[in-house]
Amino acid sequence: MLEFPDWLRLPLAGPVDQAMAWILTNLSGLFDWIGAVGLRILISVEQALVGVPWFVLVIVVGLVAWRAIGKWTSGLGMAVLLILVGTFGYWAEAMTTLSVVIVAVAIAVAVGIPIGILMAWSDSVKRVLRPILDGMQTMPSFVYLIPALMLFGLGRVPATFATLIYAIPPVIRLTDVGIREVPSATIEAARAFGANRWDLLRDVQLPLARPAILVGINQTTMMALAMVVIGSMIGNRGLGMEVLLAINRVDIGKGFEAGLAIVFLAIVIDRISNGFARRRTVPVVSAAAPTETEDDAEDIPGEPEHVA
Amino acid sequence: MDAVGTRRSGRERPGGTTLTVEPNTLATSPPDGDAVVRVEGLWKVFGKNPERVFDEEYRGLSKTELQARTGCVVGIRDVSFDVRPRELFVLMGLSGSGKSTLIRTLIRLIEPTRGMLSVDGQDVAAMSTRELLEFRRRSISMVFQSYGLLPHYTVLQNSAYGLKLRGDDQKTREEKARAALATVGLTGWESYYPDSLSGGMQQRVGLARALATDPDILLMDEPFSGLDPLIRRQLQDEFVDLQDQIGKTIVFVTHDLHEALKLGDRIAIMRDGEIVQIAEPEEILSNPHDDYVRAFTRDASTAGVFTARTVMDDPEVLLYRWQGPRAALAELVHQKRDWAFMVDKKHRYLGICSRDLVDTLIKEGNKHIEAADLIRPDPVDPDVLIQDLFGLVGAGSYPLPVTDADGTLLGVIRPRSILEALHTPDPAEEASDA
Repeated sequence: MLEFPDWLRLPLAGPVDQAMAWILTNLSGLFDWIGAVGLRILISVEQALVGVPWFVLVIVVGLVAWRAIGKWTSGLGMAVLLILVGTFGYWAEAMTTLSVVIVAVAIAVAVGIPIGILMAWSDSVKRVLRPILDGMQTMPSFVYLIPALMLFGLGRVPATFATLIYAIPPVIRLTDVGIREVPSATIEAARAFGANRWDLLRDVQLPLARPAILVGINQTTMMALAMVVIGSMIGNRGLGMEVLLAINRVDIGKGFEAGLAIVFLAIVIDRISNGFARRRTVPVVSAAAPTETEDDAEDIPGEPEHVA
Repeated sequence: MDAVGTRRSGRERPGGTTLTVEPNTLATSPPDGDAVVRVEGLWKVFGKNPERVFDEEYRGLSKTELQARTGCVVGIRDVSFDVRPRELFVLMGLSGSGKSTLIRTLIRLIEPTRGMLSVDGQDVAAMSTRELLEFRRRSISMVFQSYGLLPHYTVLQNSAYGLKLRGDDQKTREEKARAALATVGLTGWESYYPDSLSGGMQQRVGLARALATDPDILLMDEPFSGLDPLIRRQLQDEFVDLQDQIGKTIVFVTHDLHEALKLGDRIAIMRDGEIVQIAEPEEILSNPHDDYVRAFTRDASTAGVFTARTVMDDPEVLLYRWQGPRAALAELVHQKRDWAFMVDKKHRYLGICSRDLVDTLIKEGNKHIEAADLIRPDPVDPDVLIQDLFGLVGAGSYPLPVTDADGTLLGVIRPRSILEALHTPDPAEEASDA
């Protein structure tokens, strides 16, 4: 009597399974093709990363960090962290992890920014997307592994797919927020001079939303890094796999090393992308010393007894 | 400051008629083929199904009643006016009176609900999106209270923005933008970003951007309201000079009566989305259409209360007739002056003695200054209303002498004093000006 009545049960699992089954029977060719292309891309990115001599990568990361954060000490610090990852013996694994993050974030940005723009332009698009994005972020990340596994099998492609789904909301959200927060007076002024929708986007909205979008990319990157570790559960090699193996073997030392390597990688990526996001987009002054202008109406002819 | 007075009396106002619009009756504008901007029966209604407002049953209801009955807010109500070539037409009203909405409907930043709207003979209300963009890019420009500059563009790029949008090539853009910046006195600041400029200078950039496209018509939405009083007044003065040079047709929105009186050829006073009165500044002051306008003009009508006596100052330097040319010259040099008022022993006003005069007298070996040689602006009575001094004060570049019945010099009135007397909205502003 007091228990929830059986007849009120809404079986959602069944239809979802059926839909999945339908997709698998009818669209498997498509997903096979996507999987093959995705794997090619992932492997070439990984090979590129591994192919670069480690010290070259360390130097490049150091220089980029210096430029992004603005202090050479920070650049040096980031380089040292990257070297530490190597000293744990996880250089190759770190590069594998990094390649998945890079590909997932690249796709997230390429897809997410346009979606964010649509969301900022249209209130109805926003109304539809907002609950979906909320859901995507609240859903336990493991859940994404199941459809990814079914669509693409085991390996790094489904891991990238799951990472993409899990990590894309921030870049969409912050693009939307950034564009919506552009002062309406600035938009109005541009419109008054004959800017159309694209002029507005190119000249006003995207440039002014840039800091917000960069913060979104930063968050997306960090979420991708977190997810890529979980992706090891569906066969993604890399640092996550090392952690997983350590758990299975109850090997505390190894697990700690691999965990620390992930943390260092995360710090490096976070500080660099955050640095780009925080950097002043607008310099206050550029060259050329000004002459005084504010006072040039002081000399009004015909009023000799001008008392200021 | 005195330049303003000169211009006011000197400038020929386009057309001399005063048009008063009866509330709630469609104003029939006088046929004026020359009008650059023509607005007839223009409405803007905000809300769902704005057309409902035009139903028979709602006719004649007030703004508040309409809002209560239909949920629609009437922004502009049956507004008609013409702006003539090279005229500075002021829309004035309190906030919420619809003036900012009205100026925006002129380029359809806000779409009018109903009515006729033509600019330069083009039917703006009927324009397609593409035509509207072209119209905004070529025929008309706008200056905003909040400047609306792009923070990631330099001053030069900002002032070239209108040219960029209409597709001018890089070289043309830069040339025209530089010229516009020179016009507003910002040469040398081209490569700065707006953030590093003061409010007054940012607004100059806004003005340069509007002028760079060389539009026929300028729309100005409270351009000086965001600035502190001193800078505001300075920009107003410069703007008056500028308008003399460029001679654009201007629609100017303000809530500041002093500004309206200073700049406007004609003023339209708005209330609740309607135009209550359209008239020249003098007419608004001397013949307010109703209590609303009267209340509006009350603080400016100090012009009717202030007399010459209340605004006159002591003459800072006085010369006495018994002084010879050399003594007068010495005094002028000492005081760093080109001229001074001269009085006789009984302190009676004689005239203005200039350095040119004493120089000539000294050259001729003359030992005396004759009263007949002096420049002699007509003295004014201390009880004259300063309203009536407008014309006089602009006539020459010298202050006006104030004398009593015996001819004794009581004081002098600088053009500045008159404007300041008109300009006394609050004591704080007075203080900052001193």
